[in-house]
Amino acid sequence: MDWLQLLVFPAIRALILIFVLLTGFAYLTWFERKLLARFQVRYGPNRAGKFGLLQPAADAVKAFFKEEIIPNHVDKPVYLLAPALALVPALIIWAVIPIAKGTPAIADVNIGFLWILAVAGIESYGIILAGWSSNNNYSLLGALRSSAQMVSYELPLGLFLVSILILAGSFSLVDLVEGFRPWWEWIWLWLAFPFFFICILAETNRSPFDLPETENELVAGFQTEYGGMKFALFFIAEYVNMISTSAIMATLFFGGWKGPFAEQYIWLGPIYLLIKVVVLLFLFIWVRASIGRPRYDQLMKFCWQFMLPLSLAYVSVSAVLAVFLK
Amino acid sequence: MSWSLLFFLLVGAVSLAAALGVVTSRQPVHSALFLLTNFATLAVLYITLDAQFLAAAQVIVYAGGIVILILFVIMLIGGDTNDFSAAQRAWSRTVGIALGTILLLTVSYSVLARMAGPSEETAALLQGGTPEAVGIALFTKYVLPFELIALLLLVALIGALVLGRQQEGAGEGIPSVKANE
Repeated sequence: MDWLQLLVFPAIRALILIFVLLTGFAYLTWFERKLLARFQVRYGPNRAGKFGLLQPAADAVKAFFKEEIIPNHVDKPVYLLAPALALVPALIIWAVIPIAKGTPAIADVNIGFLWILAVAGIESYGIILAGWSSNNNYSLLGALRSSAQMVSYELPLGLFLVSILILAGSFSLVDLVEGFRPWWEWIWLWLAFPFFFICILAETNRSPFDLPETENELVAGFQTEYGGMKFALFFIAEYVNMISTSAIMATLFFGGWKGPFAEQYIWLGPIYLLIKVVVLLFLFIWVRASIGRPRYDQLMKFCWQFMLPLSLAYVSVSAVLAVFLK
Repeated sequence: MSWSLLFFLLVGAVSLAAALGVVTSRQPVHSALFLLTNFATLAVLYITLDAQFLAAAQVIVYAGGIVILILFVIMLIGGDTNDFSAAQRAWSRTVGIALGTILLLTVSYSVLARMAGPSEETAALLQGGTPEAVGIALFTKYVLPFELIALLLLVALIGALVLGRQQEGAGEGIPSVKANE
């Protein structure tokens, strides 16, 4: 019995979760292409299947059958390891996110918040190592940009997380969603949401902060030397990261699986979470369609001179609020 | 043999192999990656000891901060130049052996002391690897060392700032990352 509890059930849950996330990735690419097309008054993919719904399948087949090319000048073990290291954090960050009443995706650990911080910390390895092992100046520049950017934006991100943690009073995300929050706490949280979202955009290297892969100055940066499935892994990592961070934001700021009747009917929980995640993904794509890329020094300056002091102030005020009002 | 012992042996073997890899590989980036593996296996061992907070802190500080910083430095100064000048200094061997002996003695002393039976303190610590227990211990019993370390970190931070100021204009990214640590 111990075996089943410890290994088999979590493994099955993890497999289902990975399947759901990868399917979600496939249709997120479709969603993004359709939406971007609409923002630009085009149709988007509409040939493969109804509304182009089979487009992700066609893309997957194409990626699988592409020739695997490994350039001669790369550092082979690291070059092959990097795409996997990019994808893994995006998947494992899900382990602590609650998907229904009392049900986390894999495990309810008492370090849920720290898990998110830790996984966010190792997220940049894939990109850094890809850029270095490619042995190409543009790739290296992309990798340096990304590591500086991700390490910098992790600070305000971590401080906002700490503020939420102080107010929640528990390290477990399951407790965070199920616990009661007074109205002023919701308002205070939503005040921080836009800034948290900006940090997330920088952490996931999403447009407008996709400077590590700017195609017009770095020819796709860290991905330049990658093709076929290895490129596809980076692509998957970016999109799964969008889904994961959306789920985290939904959990932290918008009550996760909570919604009308979700307490009585447990199966409603994942559906509410899905709706919130899709709305946040729409936000990601909306931003990509509307805002241009800043210069690199503007990005760093914004982080160190605006976001960091702001998040420090936010932590202090949160601590005061937690002491006097809770 | 129990499963937990087998698990410990497996993780320990990976950890040892990674530690050997750090010192034997000639490519600095590979060394850094072996170091990362070593830190990760240590975090796994902490979890098997019920010290979840320590495991998370290990990953956040070492994997998420220090190894990235090491990689950053290797990339900036160029990793392919294998400079062995440090190993050629006459005194480096003596110092290495002396420091290694001290480390070995300390480790064997603490292992032998534990053999006699866990002290009360360790028993209490084993109960609480949770963030709450660590926090309470830090802010009550160990508050003086805790504050001293905070002071030390502040000094290091100010030092990094001063060093960064002197080379103003040399590049904005580097001093800011230093200040981060």
